[in-house]
Amino acid sequence: MKNYSEDWEAVIGLEIHVQLSTKSKLFSGASTNFGALPNTQACNIDLALPGVLPVLNEEVLRMAIKLGKALNAEINSPTSFARKNYFYPDSPKGYQISQMDRPIVEDGYLDIETDKGAKRIGVTRAHLEEDAGKSLHDDFEGQSGIDLNRAGTPLLEIVSEPEISSSEEAVAYLKSIHSIIRYLEISDGNMAEGSMRCDANVSVRKKGDEKLGTRTETKNVNSFRFVEKAIQYEIERQIHELESGNKITQETRLYDSQANTTRPMRSKEFANDYRYFPEPDLLPINLKKEFIEEVLATMPEMPNQKRERFVSQFSLSEYDAGLLAADKDLADFFEEVTKVSNSPKLSANWIMGELSAELNNENLSIKESKVTSNKLGQLISRIEDGTISGKIAKDIFEKMWSSGKEVDAIIKDEGLEQVTDDKEIETMIDEVIANNPEQLEQYRSGKDRLFGFFVGQVMKASQGKANPKQVNDILKSKLEK
Amino acid sequence: MDLHKLSLNQQLEGLKKGEFTSTELTSHYISRITEFDEQINSFITVTEDMALSQAKAADERYKNKTNLPLDGLPIAHKDIFCTKGVLTTCGSKMLSNFEAPYSSTVYEKLDKEGMVMLGKTNMDEFAMGSSNETSYFGPVKNPWNTEYVPGGSSGGSASCVSAELAPIATATDTGGSIRQPASLCGLTGIKPTYGRVSRYGMIAFASSLDQAGVVARSAEDAALILEAMSGHDPKDSTSLKLDKPNLSKELKSSIKGMKIGLPKEFFEKEMPSYIEQSIEEAIEVYKSLGAEVVEVSLSNINLSLPIYYIIAPAECSANLSRYDGVRYGYRCENPIDIEDLFMRTREEGFGAEVKRRILIGTYALSAGYYDAYYLKAQKCRQLVANDFSEAFKSVDVILSPTTPGTSFKSGEKTSDPIEMYLQDIFTIPANLAGLPGLSIPCGEHQGLPLGMQLVGNSLEESKLLQFAYSYQSNTDWHKKMPNI
Repeated sequence: MKNYSEDWEAVIGLEIHVQLSTKSKLFSGASTNFGALPNTQACNIDLALPGVLPVLNEEVLRMAIKLGKALNAEINSPTSFARKNYFYPDSPKGYQISQMDRPIVEDGYLDIETDKGAKRIGVTRAHLEEDAGKSLHDDFEGQSGIDLNRAGTPLLEIVSEPEISSSEEAVAYLKSIHSIIRYLEISDGNMAEGSMRCDANVSVRKKGDEKLGTRTETKNVNSFRFVEKAIQYEIERQIHELESGNKITQETRLYDSQANTTRPMRSKEFANDYRYFPEPDLLPINLKKEFIEEVLATMPEMPNQKRERFVSQFSLSEYDAGLLAADKDLADFFEEVTKVSNSPKLSANWIMGELSAELNNENLSIKESKVTSNKLGQLISRIEDGTISGKIAKDIFEKMWSSGKEVDAIIKDEGLEQVTDDKEIETMIDEVIANNPEQLEQYRSGKDRLFGFFVGQVMKASQGKANPKQVNDILKSKLEK
Repeated sequence: MDLHKLSLNQQLEGLKKGEFTSTELTSHYISRITEFDEQINSFITVTEDMALSQAKAADERYKNKTNLPLDGLPIAHKDIFCTKGVLTTCGSKMLSNFEAPYSSTVYEKLDKEGMVMLGKTNMDEFAMGSSNETSYFGPVKNPWNTEYVPGGSSGGSASCVSAELAPIATATDTGGSIRQPASLCGLTGIKPTYGRVSRYGMIAFASSLDQAGVVARSAEDAALILEAMSGHDPKDSTSLKLDKPNLSKELKSSIKGMKIGLPKEFFEKEMPSYIEQSIEEAIEVYKSLGAEVVEVSLSNINLSLPIYYIIAPAECSANLSRYDGVRYGYRCENPIDIEDLFMRTREEGFGAEVKRRILIGTYALSAGYYDAYYLKAQKCRQLVANDFSEAFKSVDVILSPTTPGTSFKSGEKTSDPIEMYLQDIFTIPANLAGLPGLSIPCGEHQGLPLGMQLVGNSLEESKLLQFAYSYQSNTDWHKKMPNI
């Protein structure tokens, strides 16, 4: 497809469903553990037996209040629940308990960063609702199975304003939400397991147009990369349609990650009318000021605050600080390493360089790192105190990764201490100069580039253990003679 | 001994003193049910074996002096209360095969006090009806005259207590379903304040209006059981955080100096002269007991019926969505696909009145109609509640007829739903405002009983029972029982 971006602009809004990591369900005492045998975690309330009633799990209020604070939003009190009516076999009551008029979180914003700079995205609302069960079609010849384990699991649906204008911004926003929910420890944010799901509303219009174009909703895209691709595809498809003189149909579309396309979901013959009305089984909830304050007192440091602190406390660059602070586990690891190494800059480089490479190679999370923060800290402090060179440290790191040994043990066993004795280095240099009279001649007649050759020879002679700075200094003075 | 002629307190005394056993008392009622229920069809399920084993356990406890507060007293439960291991049908084909896997809080509270369940009483399907003619298990007859209806929806409960097949029965009231059948069967029926009794395990019709209570032979009997049913339940978020009241003690206080309000809007309506006369006589009794009678105005009360017929169907349309044939209850034969399963299950499983209300409610909540119907009805509901609050600043109770007339013949109103809905014109306002209401017998016309209604301020059940008890201590209407 040709690049249309000059004439057109995209208008994107995201609806993100976050599964809250409570022990029990939103309105029942049943467990929310993932992966149990079908229907073993569905109690009378989840099964919607005649006569059962919902009782709100208070923990979700705390979680929602924290999210509201992190999104710079209002916390509504009273907040109230509503019934959203629709028939579906995995929706046991025939309605979903959700929020309509007074969502717990309303009117916030989130600052995101892309290559094009910073941007503020409005957050319309975040409301509590219950998840549905699952329909299973594979194992039942000509029939469907229903698993209600997930039914009633608490969700927070976070709805953005239609203020996102590119797939890059959409991903930055999504990643930022992901980072926040992980920091707040209100969800594991695992997109592959469905604990964070994203629906994208996309429309396009000619630049300068006031009126919004017809939008489509692309559902349940389950990774950051797919969100980016699905939105990009949808923008280009819509522009292509419009430029070809066609109209956009307001519809729900599914992203096909294999083909990298979106296609319409089997369209219903009539539009859904959810017939929302206030849930009479749950009274509106008044959130007392003291309760909100008590919850806010438990707020952790958030990614933006951490990033700023990393810059001011550790003199990291904005970029490094941002990368480390985006993931709470990574940020914690960095601080632990720094505590031992006393060298924030070097610690940051090692974590984002060598360590990240190894983690990526073996597809491990930072928490699963084979070199602990303490051990990495020790390694870095051995570079700092001059015991080993940076180059040797890389070899040692490889050994630590595979053997689990500590840095000092490896240095001792393999005699890898850096040579820092001027006399010893001088002896090696003298030998190298004596062995290479031709190169010496050429160097002295003006071929400066050969300096590197001599450094290499000295390092080789020292098996890499000579302190490079000392080698440089001494070599320079010897060659000038 | 005619054990069924004893009041609940007398039966309890008899059990405590060992004059008879719970097994004897229970067997006595079971044999009356066996003998007479064919005529009135007041039970859907008779739990004879379970009752006798509960009675036996009660007798053991009496023997060991470990007896519970209401030990060994029999009771019938409306088939709207889930009872573990027992068929719980709500009067519908939809649940005609549903054996509840858990018990309602009401059942559990009474069970913990030692009460013996005789069986589950017939009712209008999903509590929708005022004549008990919509039950899948056949119509219930009025023991005073079996050509007449017992009222509804708690028709089975009223009918069986009136015929003395049970000494007392639980019931529920969404728009009058306790008070109207109590009135038509000559009983004392009380619907407490919304939230006084837990709704957990009570099959929902209209969640913001439904409330459990009892139909009894006297205010004293009603107080004894209602207080045992009451109290906060963490399983019901709308249940009030209050301990159970001591109604049995409080009802004996004097009403001297208290004020009765007569809503002029009710009395301006044309009513049969026999009702007017009975109510006037009742007012005279109260005056003679030292109560003062004043006129009050409930200016929005005429909106009650239309408000109710929007809110109740709206809530029921959602509450009854769970009956889809997927997990329990009736399921249609050989569904082609999921749509067919939903549609035919509901088409075949629900009766006409239930379908009518689901349709009305679905319509009232639809996009484009919500504001005009549901939202407006909720606002008007607040106006009705405000009228009551204003009135209760100057009076203690509000008195009116319970129903526009005595009972009517079976089939008489089934073809005209509006005529049927008018049965609840006096009772609905208390549900809209969440207030306690009570009906007691106060007269008779052509061999059929007639009731008056007392509505009290929020949480003032004891005051209502005081008024009922004083009246019953000075009159005999409540002592009249039908010959069956």
